[in-house]
Amino acid sequence: MEIYLKGIGIAYSGILVTLQITIFAVIIGVMAGLIVALGKMSKFKIVKIAFSVYVEFLRGTPLVVQALIMYAGVPMLLQSNGIDFRWDNPVIAATVVCGINSSAYVAEIIRGGLQAIDKGQMEAARSIGMNHAQAMLYVIIPQAFRIILPALTNEFISLLKETAVLSMISIVEVTRKSMLWAASTFEAWPAYLGTAFVYLSITIPMSRLVAYMERRMAKSDQSS
Amino acid sequence: MIKVVNLTKEYGNLKVLNGISETIKENEVVCVIGPSGSGKSTFLRCINFLEMPTFGSVSIGGEKINTKDADINKIRQKLGMVFQNFNLFPHMTTVENVSIGPIKVNKIDRATALNEAIDLLKTVGLEDKADVYPSSLSGGQKQRAAIARALAMKPEIMLFDEPTSALDPEMVGEVLEVMKELAHQGMTMVIVTHEMGFAKEVADRVLFIDEGVIVEQGSPDDIFGNPQNERTKNFLSKIL
Repeated sequence: MEIYLKGIGIAYSGILVTLQITIFAVIIGVMAGLIVALGKMSKFKIVKIAFSVYVEFLRGTPLVVQALIMYAGVPMLLQSNGIDFRWDNPVIAATVVCGINSSAYVAEIIRGGLQAIDKGQMEAARSIGMNHAQAMLYVIIPQAFRIILPALTNEFISLLKETAVLSMISIVEVTRKSMLWAASTFEAWPAYLGTAFVYLSITIPMSRLVAYMERRMAKSDQSS
Repeated sequence: MIKVVNLTKEYGNLKVLNGISETIKENEVVCVIGPSGSGKSTFLRCINFLEMPTFGSVSIGGEKINTKDADINKIRQKLGMVFQNFNLFPHMTTVENVSIGPIKVNKIDRATALNEAIDLLKTVGLEDKADVYPSSLSGGQKQRAAIARALAMKPEIMLFDEPTSALDPEMVGEVLEVMKELAHQGMTMVIVTHEMGFAKEVADRVLFIDEGVIVEQGSPDDIFGNPQNERTKNFLSKIL
C-alpha cells in the first residue's frame, strides 16, 4: 500500500509544472484563438487562407512534433541565421507551444460559438448604430462566450492530458516525475498507476463542471 | 425624408426588388402590404442598409446611404428598426437593452442613459420589467421593449418589419397601441404589416408590393375600399 501512496506522491510533485503550463497555455490559446477565429471569418480571402493553413498545420501534426520544432528546431534555425537564441527555461518553450497548439482548437470552438448566435442579434446591434466591432464586443462575444465555456473547459482537460508528451523535451512534469522514479526504483506499476490517479484527480472534477454548465445552459435555453 | 430611386435587389438570379422608386415625407406613416415573398421586408431592410441594394439609391434626409463614403453607422442612428423576432439582447436586462445604444454609441453617461431608458419603458408600459431579462418577458412585452430600444437612439424615422407577426393574437393589440401612440406624436414610420385594420386606421398611405414592385398605392380608403389593380383586389379578397 505504502508503495502506491509513494507513487501518487511522486506524480503529484510534478503537478505544479503541469498546471502552470496548462493554465498559461489555455490563456495564450484563448487570446490567440480569438484572433484566429476572427481571421478565419474575415472577408479577405488571403487572411482567411493564411489562418486556415495555420489551423490545419496545428491540428494535423502531433503536439510532440510541434514541441520538438519549438524547443529544438527554432533555436537551431535562429542560430544558423546568426541570432543567438536558446530556451533558458524549457517550461517557457513548452507553454508557448501548447498555447499555439491550443489556439487552433480554441479558434474552432470560438468560431462555432460566434456562428451559433442568431443573425438577428448582429442586425439589431447594427440597427441601433453600433459599428461591427462594437456589435461583436457588446452583443455577440458575450453571448458566444456562454456557449463556448463548456467546450473551452474540455479543451483545458485535453490539453492537461496532452502535456504528458512534454517529457520528451525534458520538462519535469507529472509524467516525467513518475518515469524518473520508475527508472530508478523499477516500481513501474505503482509509479504509473499514481500518474494516472493524479491526472484523474483533476480531469474528473473538471468534466463534472462541464456537465453542470451544459445542464444549466440547456435550462436557460428552455426558458428564453 | 426617405427617397428611394430605382431600388433593385437580386440574390443571384432571383430578383426580389425590381426597381422601386418612392419618397416618404416627414411625419408620414406608410404601411407596406403584400403577399409573403413579395419583397416588402427586403424593401425595408434596404432602407437601413441591412441588405445592400444591387442597383439604385437610398437617401435619408438628403444623405445618400449607399455610396462609398457614407457613414452608414451615423445615418443608421436616424433610423430605428423593429424586427419581427424582437432580437432583444438576451444577456442584458430590459433597461440595459434600451440604454446600451445611447451608452456605447452616443457615449452618454450611464446614469443619464438609464434614466432616459426608464422614461422610455414607462411610455411603453414596461417600467416594472426594467430589471428582468428578455427570457421572462411575454412576446408583446419583448416587442414593446424592442420599440423602446429603437426609440432610445432618438431616431427621426421608425421602420417596423412585421412587428406583430410573431406574437400570440392576444398580444398584438398592446404593440399596435404603442405604435399608434408614436404615429400620433408625428413620428415618420414605415411599417410592413399584415394587420390591415391597423393600416386602415393609422396609415397616411398604403403601398401594395408584389413581385418586387409597387403595384398600387394610395390612401387606406382607396386601397382597401376601391382597389384598382387586379393583383391588389386578389390579395385583399384573400385576407379580408
